[in-house]
Amino acid sequence: MSDQLAALTDVLDVRPGEHAHLVLRRATVLDPAAGIDAVHDVVVRDGHIAELAAPGAAAAEGAEVVEAEGLHAFPAFFDPHVHLRTPGHEHKEDVETGTRAAAAGGYCGVLAMANTSPPVSTAADISALREQARAGASVPVGFLATVTKDMQGKELTEMVELREAGALGFSDDGLPITSPRVMRRALQYQRLCGGNIALHEEDPDLSGDGAMHEGAVSAAVGLAGIPSVSESTMVARDAALAAYEEARIHVQHLSAKESVAIVRAAKAAGVQISAEASPHHLCLTDEEVRSLDPHRFKMNPPLRHESDRQALIEGLRDGTIECIATDHAPHQAEEKDVPFEQAAMGVTGLETAFAALHTELVLPGVIDLGLLVERLGGGAAPFAIARPTLSPGAEANVALCDLGAEWTVGEDGYESRSQNSWCAGRTLTGRVLMTVAAGQIAFRLRAFSLGVAS
Amino acid sequence: MNHLLSIEQLSRAEIEGILDRAESFAEVGRRDIKKVPTLRGRTVVTLFYESSTRTSSSFELAAKRLSADLVSVKAAGSSIDKGESLKDTIATLSAYDPAAIVIRHPYAGAAQMVAGWTSAAVVNAGDGKHEHPSQALLDVYTLRRRLGSLDGTRIWIVGDVLHSRVARSNLIAFNRMGAEVTVCGPPTLIPRGIEELGCAVSHSLDGVEEADVVYALRLQHERMAESFIPSLREYAATFQIDTRRLSPRQLLMHPGPVNRGVELSGEAIDSPQSLIVEQVAAGLVVRMAILYELLAGSERPAPIDGPSSGGDPSPTPIGQPA
Repeated sequence: MSDQLAALTDVLDVRPGEHAHLVLRRATVLDPAAGIDAVHDVVVRDGHIAELAAPGAAAAEGAEVVEAEGLHAFPAFFDPHVHLRTPGHEHKEDVETGTRAAAAGGYCGVLAMANTSPPVSTAADISALREQARAGASVPVGFLATVTKDMQGKELTEMVELREAGALGFSDDGLPITSPRVMRRALQYQRLCGGNIALHEEDPDLSGDGAMHEGAVSAAVGLAGIPSVSESTMVARDAALAAYEEARIHVQHLSAKESVAIVRAAKAAGVQISAEASPHHLCLTDEEVRSLDPHRFKMNPPLRHESDRQALIEGLRDGTIECIATDHAPHQAEEKDVPFEQAAMGVTGLETAFAALHTELVLPGVIDLGLLVERLGGGAAPFAIARPTLSPGAEANVALCDLGAEWTVGEDGYESRSQNSWCAGRTLTGRVLMTVAAGQIAFRLRAFSLGVAS
Repeated sequence: MNHLLSIEQLSRAEIEGILDRAESFAEVGRRDIKKVPTLRGRTVVTLFYESSTRTSSSFELAAKRLSADLVSVKAAGSSIDKGESLKDTIATLSAYDPAAIVIRHPYAGAAQMVAGWTSAAVVNAGDGKHEHPSQALLDVYTLRRRLGSLDGTRIWIVGDVLHSRVARSNLIAFNRMGAEVTVCGPPTLIPRGIEELGCAVSHSLDGVEEADVVYALRLQHERMAESFIPSLREYAATFQIDTRRLSPRQLLMHPGPVNRGVELSGEAIDSPQSLIVEQVAAGLVVRMAILYELLAGSERPAPIDGPSSGGDPSPTPIGQPA
């Protein structure tokens, strides 16, 4: 498997459109991975970052000029874990609405999971989705295929042909691969076809009919618990298999401190393992479930204990967890307007990830802004995609943010077709004003007026 | 109090208020005509998604004794059988403008959700493994009548705590009333973290002699198939409350229905220290008190010939048989 990283638009698909010609005047430019942290005029032209000019120095001729003094320009974010729900559940989301939500959250790229109806298991499925993306995606989107046929956990998909058709990796996300034998075969086959394997780590036998984290809160509210070991034992199994087969795995939505420790140890031992954490697991704990509100607080893996949340933050700091992924999981109201145990698992997250983490972790001083920006772009490399950057010459992927803006989530509706945001009703500080993805303006906040060069 | 959704929501003073009200209804039960006009012209709906004998019959009788019009809906044979959602069922029943909806549902939080969908007062008659507040109130009522006060009383709750909403509500209620609670059962049937609710945990009956009250829980037979316990025989040998383990000064309670010979021996059930029959009787007056507290104190106009009002501390209509 090659470690060569592909440019975003070499492997992801987006609706073709006009390249923006922009000058972001006097923006505070922060791209920690590229070592950039200064005030610049950011010039976007012909699909690329044309120049990081001295403040006030960039020529404005023919460009739309954005007075960005006091605003921050970050490399736009990359989410390796979203659910666009197509085919089969377009009443929840589709490529168009899902990528609009991504653009509104400052993302320039997302990877869509394959647990659709039917699941994305054939080369033809991948081709059809890529076509949809070229017709209607606001930001570049890539597709994963299932590891096993129809996510049955029994037979491998045609992994070689799926890769040739453009599958960026494989995942049975939503369901674990329970058979260690099947898991091992998939890792062996990776040597032939490449492509990372993204894993939903859960032992369904241990989870049983659990609806939330097992602990004092589940004891108090009488919900069956999903124990932390349901996740960590599977992470340990797959880290061992990946080491043995010298294969590459990506562990999705880490939630338990035990899992963080296992990933850390595996990395130290040289295993090719990457890991993600979600904004909701980084910001919330199982205490929220005392409300029994399934709209905002029911998801899998479940919100866990404060000590787990702290372990995730520590993993984010020390690089055990290299990326933040939203696990954006849209559901319609009728699937959530039922008692907690009956409600669908999952929350949306694309539109609020940056603002929520800025509010909950950066402003209180838990992590610094640079680390947040770096980790919001860290999801590309595990899938052999180059991280978005503001280095001159790079493809233009920019998130322009106002770190002081306060807004209440949901008061102006959502770009997503669904409303099950874990942030619904929260007041957040920090807002994406504009997103440039693959050189195109993918999102502009309606209330954000732009000055034009005179 | 707008709804009764959990014991968790009630302060000690609110619990005592309901129990005092229940005491006054006990007097009505000793009359020839056991009915008062308090809720005349108002509608109470009972909506049971799970089977129930004691709870449903006592709520129904409580509503009738208060002269309410009663609509009883059971999941079997209703539109629920046809796949109607809880939200739609509540919208349908709310069209009758009920004063109260008493609901039992197999899932936690159902009553709380219903309270958000209707203007009626909602009574949680058991939601999943979460809470069963009226059971806890009647148990506290029963104990208070026997002991005067629960302050300092040592209560052991024995059996399948994991699957029991009664255990959860009673633990909270007993604590709030000043008792010291120990939960006891095999490790597989005690939820992890339960001690944070404020109780001691024991995995054997050693030490149960310290208890003033032993509260046994029902063990469902299917727990064996689910490997929570190796066998009913071993469970009974280890955790059954019998007259050998129960000293004469101890009181015995059980929420019913009992598995005779499993969690309790037949002898223990029928012994003079068993309060099981008193619990059932308490269920009626406590549920009358719950409906009274929720409805007679509300802003709705009281029946024209009933002098009751929310501001009146004693349920005066009791003196006026309907």
